[in-house]
Amino acid sequence: MPDTKDIKVREKQEVTTKAELTTPGMVFTPQVDIFETEKELTLLADMPGVTSDKLNIDLRDNILTITGDVAPSAGSGEEDVLIEYETGRFFRQFTLSEVIDQNKIDAKLGDGVLRLTLPKVEKATPRKISIKAA
Amino acid sequence: MIYRRFWGFPSWEARSPFAELERMKRQMDRLMEGFSGTYQQPYAGVFPLINLTENTESFVIRAELPGVATGDLDIQATANSLSISGERRIPAENKDAGWHRREREAGKFSRMIALPSEIDPNKVDAGLVNGILTVTIPKAEIAKPRQIAVR
Repeated sequence: MPDTKDIKVREKQEVTTKAELTTPGMVFTPQVDIFETEKELTLLADMPGVTSDKLNIDLRDNILTITGDVAPSAGSGEEDVLIEYETGRFFRQFTLSEVIDQNKIDAKLGDGVLRLTLPKVEKATPRKISIKAA
Repeated sequence: MIYRRFWGFPSWEARSPFAELERMKRQMDRLMEGFSGTYQQPYAGVFPLINLTENTESFVIRAELPGVATGDLDIQATANSLSISGERRIPAENKDAGWHRREREAGKFSRMIALPSEIDPNKVDAGLVNGILTVTIPKAEIAKPRQIAVR
């Protein structure tokens, strides 16, 4: 097993969306991991500072939209000495190729990580067809 | 080291004669990137990126550490610096899963932040909520500004 390597810094990716936001602020793309098993699709997104009431997950026309709002972190009366990252809302969209059962979508948010489980519709799960000798 | 200048403008200051040039170069880079719309380069180049703010009573350091458990985080304070180190783990998933994207990183990190004034290491308070680490560092009594009456 190799030793755990050091984690490298990555600046937050800002996006310019086509439609302007109604409230001012920056928009960032969260880092996501997506993997798929036979039964479901799982999406893990790093969204620090987002609480469940500020998270919005939308699925229509096979496009999955994840939006998370972050409360501004600095308290009032504080002067900035060194600012290395900005905060703003998180936004990302994906086009889904599988047919997803929308009623069974499960979302868990903990420690700033969103775990979104999208189960596939029953008939889309591959069925093994066994071949019997004639 | 972070030094504060007289007119209140925060800046990094290295002890080399090229400090001014480095600072101007960084500001030019920032201007250039402002045109292209990408986010500016992090200054220290070390994970995690931090925001350091202060008020008359204390400093506050915030860092984004999603997915880091409090047991994996180690914070140490001395009279004029704070160090944040630890490990971000990504739990292994089902091994016959097919990965479509793998963008999140895991690994160890360690960062030492020198503070502009002396602090009281016994009263440092740290909390990790929703993936954001907030460390409140009260300044040492002698470092707080004091009104001086003029006779």
